Amino acid sequence: MDMEFVVDKEARTVTITKEFAFERSLVWDAYTKPELLDQWWAPKPMISRTKAMDFEVGGRRFYAMVSPDGTEGWAVQKYTSITPKTNFKFFNAFADKDENLQLPGSDWDLNFSEQDGKTRVSISIYNESLERLERMIGGGMLEGTEMQLQNLEELLEKLRKGKESK
Amino acid sequence: MRRDIFQAIADPTRRAIIALIALQAMTPNALAEHFDTSRQAISKHLRILTECELVTQEQKGREIYYSLEIEKMKEIDEWLEQYRKIWETRYNQLDDLLATIKKQKEEK
Repeated sequence: MDMEFVVDKEARTVTITKEFAFERSLVWDAYTKPELLDQWWAPKPMISRTKAMDFEVGGRRFYAMVSPDGTEGWAVQKYTSITPKTNFKFFNAFADKDENLQLPGSDWDLNFSEQDGKTRVSISIYNESLERLERMIGGGMLEGTEMQLQNLEELLEKLRKGKESK
Repeated sequence: MRRDIFQAIADPTRRAIIALIALQAMTPNALAEHFDTSRQAISKHLRILTECELVTQEQKGREIYYSLEIEKMKEIDEWLEQYRKIWETRYNQLDDLLATIKKQKEEK
């Protein structure tokens, strides 16, 4: 199944559903263990770096999305509910490097279900404001990514030309 | 105060106003004829839509015409499209990671 991405503007909610060809315990670990999360959470070439994480109700994950030039965008996810291997919820907010939250944030609800060895994950994200969503997407993050890709392309081009001239 | 676009489209009357003025610029009086509500209520909705920069006003003679900022509506869709792409990238990475872990486990 391809990823399903549904936006309900009136309800201010984005729902992302995806089926993985793996058993639920494995998928659950990938969402709840910092060393695994850091390997996939940031879209390349960004890097996810979890500074602190205690996966329990009342606990939180404090992490940075680091762009190739070293710029850090900090965020905090506070766990509000956990039902092992089935569901967890957190409140997500941007922060500074000292973990001071920047409100408003968004409410995340993640559901995990398994059928025939496949795991379906459905995430719904409720945003208080669209401006926040705009920041979440814009926030220099995509521009940064695109710029980096452009830099990379230029570099590759230079390398290619360098080889040819030899 | 700058308002939020979600707020603009959260109200059914405002959604109806957007649908009407998307077709043609209209005056508050002409709009009010489409609703069981007062001219004042319509004006208030128009003020909120204006503050969200979703509508623009144009004075023609003694009347003010309101029209929809289509570009502003498109902006929302563009943001959302970018967000969708982030999730696609993320999930491709997760698929790869899960495959790697599974393989490592089987080899043990």
